[in-house]
Amino acid sequence: MMEHPRAGLPIVTLEGVTKRFPGIVANDRVDLDICAGEVHVLLGENGAGKSTLIAMLSGLQQPDGGRILIDGAEVPIRSPSHALSLGIGTVFQHNMLVPTLTVAENLALGGRWWKRPRTAELAARVAEIARPLGIEINLGARVSELSLGEQQQVEIVRALLRDSRLLILDEATSMLTPKGIAELGALMRRLVERGLAVVFITHKLGEAADFGDRISVLKLGRNVGEIPPERLRSLERAALVDEIVAMMFGRQAGDDAVSIPPRAANDDALLEVRNLSVAATPDAPGLDAISFAIGHGEILGIAGIDGNGQKQLAEALAGQRQAVSGSVVLAGQEINGLDVGGRRRQGLRYLTDDRLGEGTVGTFPVSINYFLKEIGEPPLWRSGVERSREIEARARELTRIYDVRTPGVSTPVGRLSGGNIQKVLIARELADGARAVIFNKPTYGLDLANTLATRQRIRDIAGQGLAVLLISTDLEELLSMCHRIAVISQGSLVGTVPNGDGAGERVGRLMIGIAA
Amino acid sequence: MGGFASDTFLAALLFGAVTAAIPLLLAGLGEQMSEKAGVLNIGIEGMMITGAYLGFVSAYYSGSFWLGFLTGAAGGVAVAALMALLCVRIGLNQIVIGIALTLGLEGLTALLHHFQFSRSYPRLPAAEVTPIPLLADIPVLGSALFRHHLIVYLAVAMVVVMIWVYRRTQFGINLQAAGDKPAALDVAGIDVIRTRTAAVLFTGGMAGLGGAYLANVGAGLFIPFITNGAGFLGIVLAMLARGQPVWVLVGALVFGGCLSMTTAAQVAGVNIPTDVIQMLPFLAVMAMLVLFGRRASLPAALGIPYERGAR
Amino acid sequence: MSGEAVHVRAAPLDASAGQASRRDLGRRLLITLGPILISLALAGCVLLAVGVDPLAYYGFVVERGLLSPLGLQQTLTRMAPLLFIAAGLIVAFRAGMWNLGGDGQFLLGAVAAAATAPLLVQSLPGWLALLVAFLIATVVVVIWSLVPALLRAYQGVNEIITTLMMSFLGVSLANVLVKLVFLDPGTTVPQTRTLPVGDRLPRLFETTITSGLVFGLAAIVIVHLVMTRTAFGLKLRTVGANPRAAVHAGLNVPLLTVVVFAISAGLIGMGGAIDIIGIHGNVRADWNPAYGLAVIPVVFLARMNGFAAIGFVFLLSVLSIGGESAARRLGVPQHFTLVLVSIVLITLAIAEYLDHRFNQVRRT
Repeated sequence: MMEHPRAGLPIVTLEGVTKRFPGIVANDRVDLDICAGEVHVLLGENGAGKSTLIAMLSGLQQPDGGRILIDGAEVPIRSPSHALSLGIGTVFQHNMLVPTLTVAENLALGGRWWKRPRTAELAARVAEIARPLGIEINLGARVSELSLGEQQQVEIVRALLRDSRLLILDEATSMLTPKGIAELGALMRRLVERGLAVVFITHKLGEAADFGDRISVLKLGRNVGEIPPERLRSLERAALVDEIVAMMFGRQAGDDAVSIPPRAANDDALLEVRNLSVAATPDAPGLDAISFAIGHGEILGIAGIDGNGQKQLAEALAGQRQAVSGSVVLAGQEINGLDVGGRRRQGLRYLTDDRLGEGTVGTFPVSINYFLKEIGEPPLWRSGVERSREIEARARELTRIYDVRTPGVSTPVGRLSGGNIQKVLIARELADGARAVIFNKPTYGLDLANTLATRQRIRDIAGQGLAVLLISTDLEELLSMCHRIAVISQGSLVGTVPNGDGAGERVGRLMIGIAA
Repeated sequence: MGGFASDTFLAALLFGAVTAAIPLLLAGLGEQMSEKAGVLNIGIEGMMITGAYLGFVSAYYSGSFWLGFLTGAAGGVAVAALMALLCVRIGLNQIVIGIALTLGLEGLTALLHHFQFSRSYPRLPAAEVTPIPLLADIPVLGSALFRHHLIVYLAVAMVVVMIWVYRRTQFGINLQAAGDKPAALDVAGIDVIRTRTAAVLFTGGMAGLGGAYLANVGAGLFIPFITNGAGFLGIVLAMLARGQPVWVLVGALVFGGCLSMTTAAQVAGVNIPTDVIQMLPFLAVMAMLVLFGRRASLPAALGIPYERGAR
Repeated sequence: MSGEAVHVRAAPLDASAGQASRRDLGRRLLITLGPILISLALAGCVLLAVGVDPLAYYGFVVERGLLSPLGLQQTLTRMAPLLFIAAGLIVAFRAGMWNLGGDGQFLLGAVAAAATAPLLVQSLPGWLALLVAFLIATVVVVIWSLVPALLRAYQGVNEIITTLMMSFLGVSLANVLVKLVFLDPGTTVPQTRTLPVGDRLPRLFETTITSGLVFGLAAIVIVHLVMTRTAFGLKLRTVGANPRAAVHAGLNVPLLTVVVFAISAGLIGMGGAIDIIGIHGNVRADWNPAYGLAVIPVVFLARMNGFAAIGFVFLLSVLSIGGESAARRLGVPQHFTLVLVSIVLITLAIAEYLDHRFNQVRRT
């Protein structure tokens, strides 16, 4: 399986590259050949070491061991500007454009400071690069006004403006629509046809199989396997996916088969939302008369492209965002008038997707983070005074029940991994009297083991008769456990589809604006 | 009350307004660059007092105003270099270090002045003015606006220079990126630390120059704590100006006008404490903040030290 | 399998976090005392440069501020207002708000107390008059703090700027009030009416130490306990550490912001009131001890810990009383105290940084 490639010459070669961070080995003796004319997919779960590898190739980090060869000669990549001068351009997972500058100014970013940006020359070069690739770029537009897909195209053009021979795309599809992903695939194809090398990083098997000429699999910092072009071409897609799964997880595919929890007989609506509207803000869409009902033990999925009002819906339900009109009824009781704490006490829980940004206080201990939403409430506080022994005992209990891997309950929560922080949040939201739970992208950024565990947890609580609103941008996830799937688009629900045969296609059509 | 209406009085008032505005203008323009680049430079007051002291001492002993300005600016740059080292290079808290530098340098200059001049406060001769041909002969306005020390015209010209730098140069773009999204600047191959250091050094130079002007031309002498919050006013001007140099100039003139009225009122023999008039500019600023506060925009990464690869 | 990876990541962190706290305490002491000694040496060089023998100076300051009975009593008296200011700053800084308006708040509190106390003692029993004056001063400053508080809470206006502005305004306003409104008609010196010595706060035992010291100590200890042990304190710390998490957890952040400013400014105003009803008895025109900015470094040095702040406030008081004495006797202006404090602050920040880096390197 490791026979040498036939096509292309290696532009960049990694030999035994090792990078350590406090407590972890992010990359452990990684060998890799990156060749011209190939889309080289780097596949791996979160924490497999993909981002660290990219950081070293783009000059942000230096390896602790091993060497990096460029055109066969050893070259330490000292800084981002050095990487650029070596012809290595990177489009990072989180976009690296300055929102307050125009596209032209962003493209000019990085010129020597004493030079004047030459607008006319820039426009000519951009046109020269972008036109054959089918990209349209409005140089005068401010970046904050562009869609995420357009911003990504600007970044790709910027990398090409620098005469990159190697283009690295880090998790480039996470923000794109299905159509945008297909367009990116076609763009990568055109780039490698012109002799560039493309490194495409993803954790999605399907994209790897669809776009890759060569696939390398990273696992726990190690390169655990490679599928060279000739073998890749000879395999059926299904067989290919099975082979990659075997490399990634060392287990059979289908672990996360569709499994919809059985519904309890009681079909009364537990959570009912009528005509909920929220005003739009400069940076977020509003909600327009959202209505739905979720029964006991039912999982209602909310599908849609990111940024269509999902977060606003979750926040409005949780009481975090002011609603203009509409009502929220939980178990027959109106909870419109209640604030976040009041709704929580009634049993409405909201698990945020932004675990570190708003879900937890990173510098606070795990124990306090369990109870962040009930500060001051008995029995952990008595007349407003903290009862540290009770808090600690209860925190230990939750840590055990929810299997949070932490050195101790006094460890700052920010030091835990994403999966364990998610467990802290789940413990907080599910403990003590939950009736309806809103999950916002519950598996976003988690590795497979934690993803599967989280999904099973959601099925379990539905099995216990709770109402679940599952917001996700991952259609497979919704199809794997929801009873019904509603589609949100520009702040309104455009349709609801019962899960079953053909549901995926119908939801997909709703998402791109075609009636199901 | 006839004194208020007379031409000479008006001219003196305007002349005083410009004189009082120049240090604020210089400090504000300087601070503006730091803030654009993402550094909240609370130490600017310390840079100004250093510039005032060194500028005065150097002008006093050499007899040259220009040497005074140069030394003052250099003093400001020296303090800024320390600030850049501590806050930009190794990322210490900008507010803590800024306050420490301000307090320490106010104390140090007072101390040095005491040991140098004991309790005497020697004066410099009046600064020579450079009248602008033709314009200087306009009644009232001529003597108020166009009969100043050359450095005044240069300070106003700096507004134009800054507009050009921010709008037209690569450095201007880099500065804005350093303040709004430093990581983007870094991966584009420009050193964020260096860009921010340059901005802080510029702030120091401008603040030092402003301090030297304040002592040598504005007051003609150095007394401890002479800057009396002028640097902090510079911070306010920069924040209110939202990245536009022109608004720093406008704000500086408004403040300068209020300060000038303090003196003018005394000359005119109006019997209200100077404190009342001293409150006016601050009241004006607070009123502006109450009215327009929501729209004040600051760089996203203001006050946050940059560390490569930090997530 | 990922669980293992996570465990590997967490284990060494635990090792350093859970280490014997005695060693931790020793390290803390080292990175606190070391920089202070270095700062004394550096500031000593400044003294040498201006021709003063640093050893003689320090000796004199310690003698006058700490060892001589009278000096020690003055030092302890000086602590009273400073403790209130430190308590007020701790509340604000722990909640993540930069209240830099201490000078204005302090002076307005002082003027309000000086304006009311001498009149109140004529009609009310002494202790009640002082209490009412104290409360009036507090309320005045709380109202004063509403401007930056509301701007920050509901308009998102940066409080660094507004509190600085309000501080300049407050200092001027205090002067205006002294000169125009509350001027004592009985003297030619521009100052407020004077609270007779007999009506001021009682002194402690047979000393000259004001009983305001006891109130100051009580204030800062209460603030420390509230911030670390109560739900209210935890809410404020949550707002300070992660405002978005506070919103998510259902805390009313704008309201808490206003409350933080009110408490912070109120405590600083109390400091001003205590200084008047306990020590000075009146406010002279253009009086501004600039305690507000001077205490900020103290609170940083104490890392916002109330008990540590008591120690550092004591040190600052020794330095300032000893420094004032040295100014009269040795001819070294008391501004030298500012120089020393700022050098301490900078070296301590550097020491903390080095310690942090050292830990990072050791962990890798």
